[in-house]
Amino acid sequence: MNAHDLYVVSPYLAMAGAGLLVIVFDLLLPRRIHGLLPYLAFVMLAGPFILSLVQFYDLGLSSDLVRNGEGGEEASILLGSLSVDRFALFFNFLVTGAVGLVVLASTDYVRMLRRFQGEYFGLLLFSATGMMLLAAATELITIYVALELTTLPLAALGAFLMSGRSSEAGIKFLIIGAISSALLLYGMALVFGFTGSTQLTEISAAVQRAGGGVAFGNYALLVGLVLLVAGFGFKISAAPFQMWVPDVYEGAPTPVVAFLSVASKAAGFAVLLRVMFTGFFDVSLDWGVLLAALAAASMTIGNVVAIVQSNIKRLFGYSTIAHAGYLLVGVAAGVQTAKGGLEAPVFAAIGPDSVLFYLGAYTAANLTAFFAIAAISERVGSDRISDYAGLVTRSPALAITLALALIALIGVPPTGIFIAKLYVFTAAVDSGLAWLAIVGVVNSAVSAYYYVRIIRVMFLQQPPVVPDSRASRNPTPWAAMGVAAAVVVFMGVAPGFVMTAASAAVRALGV
Amino acid sequence: MATEFNGLLTATVFLPAVGAVLLLLLRGDRVIRGAAVAVAVADLVLALLVFAFFDRAEDAARFQFVDQFSWIPDIGLKASYLLAVDGLSAPLVALTGLLGLCAVLASWHITLRVKEYFFWLLLLQAAVMGVFTSLDLLLFFLFWEIELLPMYMLISIWGTGRKEYSAMKFLIFTILGSAFMLVAIVAVFLTPDVGTFNLIELSGPGAVLTAAATLIPLAWLFWLFFVAFAVKLPTWPLHTWLPDAHTDAPTAASVMLAGVLLKMGGYGLLRVNVGLFPDQTAQFAWVLVVLGVVSVLYGAVVTMRQTDLKRLIAYSSVSHMGLVMLGIGSVGVASGSLTVTGLSGAAMQLFTHGTITGLLFLAVGIVYEKAHTRYIPDLGGLAGRMPFVAAAMLIAGLASLGLPGLSGFVSELLVFLGAFRAYDWPTVLAVLGIVLAAGYILWMMERTFFGARRERFADLTDASLVEAAPLALMVVCIIGIGVYPALLTDVFDSALEPMIQAINGS
Repeated sequence: MNAHDLYVVSPYLAMAGAGLLVIVFDLLLPRRIHGLLPYLAFVMLAGPFILSLVQFYDLGLSSDLVRNGEGGEEASILLGSLSVDRFALFFNFLVTGAVGLVVLASTDYVRMLRRFQGEYFGLLLFSATGMMLLAAATELITIYVALELTTLPLAALGAFLMSGRSSEAGIKFLIIGAISSALLLYGMALVFGFTGSTQLTEISAAVQRAGGGVAFGNYALLVGLVLLVAGFGFKISAAPFQMWVPDVYEGAPTPVVAFLSVASKAAGFAVLLRVMFTGFFDVSLDWGVLLAALAAASMTIGNVVAIVQSNIKRLFGYSTIAHAGYLLVGVAAGVQTAKGGLEAPVFAAIGPDSVLFYLGAYTAANLTAFFAIAAISERVGSDRISDYAGLVTRSPALAITLALALIALIGVPPTGIFIAKLYVFTAAVDSGLAWLAIVGVVNSAVSAYYYVRIIRVMFLQQPPVVPDSRASRNPTPWAAMGVAAAVVVFMGVAPGFVMTAASAAVRALGV
Repeated sequence: MATEFNGLLTATVFLPAVGAVLLLLLRGDRVIRGAAVAVAVADLVLALLVFAFFDRAEDAARFQFVDQFSWIPDIGLKASYLLAVDGLSAPLVALTGLLGLCAVLASWHITLRVKEYFFWLLLLQAAVMGVFTSLDLLLFFLFWEIELLPMYMLISIWGTGRKEYSAMKFLIFTILGSAFMLVAIVAVFLTPDVGTFNLIELSGPGAVLTAAATLIPLAWLFWLFFVAFAVKLPTWPLHTWLPDAHTDAPTAASVMLAGVLLKMGGYGLLRVNVGLFPDQTAQFAWVLVVLGVVSVLYGAVVTMRQTDLKRLIAYSSVSHMGLVMLGIGSVGVASGSLTVTGLSGAAMQLFTHGTITGLLFLAVGIVYEKAHTRYIPDLGGLAGRMPFVAAAMLIAGLASLGLPGLSGFVSELLVFLGAFRAYDWPTVLAVLGIVLAAGYILWMMERTFFGARRERFADLTDASLVEAAPLALMVVCIIGIGVYPALLTDVFDSALEPMIQAINGS
């Protein structure tokens, strides 16, 4: 490992180092100023952020820092396993931003924990490290390790409350995560067995060489690909791998769910995009159709089941399944079916572009919603939607913020997800998946029903006579909520900034 | 793309929105009311500036006060922030400013959740201003959608009767309509070689939308847009949300709904359907005429039977909006000889109906506020107690039934003149609607304001200064336009003439 390698992986090291330092500070800080811990964690996020920024400007016109290093001739141990390109950096910023907001929003929450505050933030940052690595990984083993690094801390965090439900959520997440990892590993083994490599670029070359009447040349590779998709399907909470989502969302601590629902999903989509477009793009199999079917199933199941939910966190569990569906529409739209038989498909750039933009918009909207839910449940002492009655008169700011997030999730202008949905569906029509766009539009209309129901309860129903419990006056979670809400509106009003970034990131996939 | 920034329209659109947000920081109902009036007055001044400084010269640019810059970069989608007015939208911007101020003044007595109320009301005004000034289809759609939530809130929180049901009905009808519109907008954009949402480029000379290349047939696109606008107008048989929404809405919401929100439908028909699809408009003009005539007659007959004052005015709106449809249908005349008369009448009807119905709802709001009933058989002899309100109501009523010298006469005459050349018998039938209008208006006046005085209304008072101001404002508009219609027709015609040429040219 040379100095350049160190520089290339520095954002990941900085994120992991921050996680370790938080745990050390937890032990060292005197009790008096122990409340500073979340702020320390937040400040240390400047490390990975600034290093990513430096790399962003360092990239210039080159596509990948790993390959363009000064030590280009000597064998770098990183070569092949990571690609620090605009795609990876896009997710570095997304994950760092999300984890920063979650840390700020957790300041009230961790006070309820008497012990393990350092571990809480440490685990968050470790998981974030995994997510960032996942977006950069270009080799199957690295992908697997990064995925485990993402999942295991989240399982621990899910069980953090040590209540019955919380433990159940943690265990469920752990077991499902293990099953999906097993599927993934089996898929990876098959892919390795038949291509002779774990590197995506070499896999891509191998599958192109394999000709013949059957797609891919043999069925075992096809099975391997399907198993990979299944493994990623768990991570992005797409149907039919969605069973764990509602239970985990209901039981786990709210800020953890916020993080899980956005950053974990974003990382899952990052690796899905990279594997499909770098490794398996140029094959004579229209896997776009496979993903389109998953997309349609996710949207429909998520939206229909969400209608009957009475617990808001559970409802958001189903809502996130539906949004995984919309996102998959964009992934499927990345493949434009070429005319005629087993011709290789054509890359439709705006499909992956729209996924990245959607992920940004969804991250902002869902974080806003969960931060508001966390603050509301602190006041109301419940996650039942019926207990939100008349919230607008009791906590107008929270009610309006949550309403904004809900409107955004429906996809109503002027919020980011309106542009995102338009982008995704336009990409779908462009790729000849008009039927999928129609399914998506109908699903959006269905989703309006259950999101608006929450707004109605908050704005139109009479508040109960029972006074709310006193809420803390800590401004930090409010700041996190405000920033997230501002991003929701910003992406709807001025989408150009993120769209340009997303477009540049997708170019790095090298198709 | 050219980047231009004049700023006047941006200010006109966003001033109420910014005001609405700043309002949230204030405390005290009186302060909030005062601030809302200040915002509305300022926005009216801006809107009148737009109208007054709109260049009416023959050789003036068609679209003026252009604010344009790239909004969504050209990566798969491409849209611009494009605000501009032409002769069609400039008067409607002024109308929105006028009715916005009237609505704020008519809300003086609101005591429930005052801050929130004015927030939604001002946001509504901003959204409507945006609809009338956006010339980018995506931006247009954005404002079109933003308008929904404030109206839903205004009806469902501050309304009366079955308010939540009515608000939801309004929401569902409009959302379904706009879903059709969104599909059409995306289809227009995805058409090969189009790739733009820019309405000026789409409707300009050498329009890029040609039958050969579109993703789905042009006729389909025409109908997809048509449904969205017909719901909003509303035209029979898509009108059923309107009487419910009007009946249960608070006065200010009714004023905005009848005065400007319905006009969004007529404006959309003229701007998008006639502007983008001149051939299809001429081809399907007969459908528009049939729908228009049915709306006029059906609306008028049903109006006769109403016993609730607001419901009565709501149904009369259905009837009068039928005239807009009829006016647009006048383009069915043999091509080459079409004149601007019918379209001009339709556009005029948008403006005059806005002022007339605005005034009617304002007056009814005052009556309801004082007499606590809108049930016509319970009312009677109010003119003696509230002469000013009665006089205003009478002027609006007479304008509504088309008395010469008042604004309604001008627009109705133009519509009939234009439509008669294309469809003589249907037009004659529609004229019957005006006869019926005379019936229901005068009968309503007789039963509520004249006739025997009721004992229990003995202590009613006339409109206060704040209540009378918007009435007076509207009366001035109605008489002013009635006496000097060219003030508006010249402006409207400057925008409608190119549309006529497009139809004649084909």
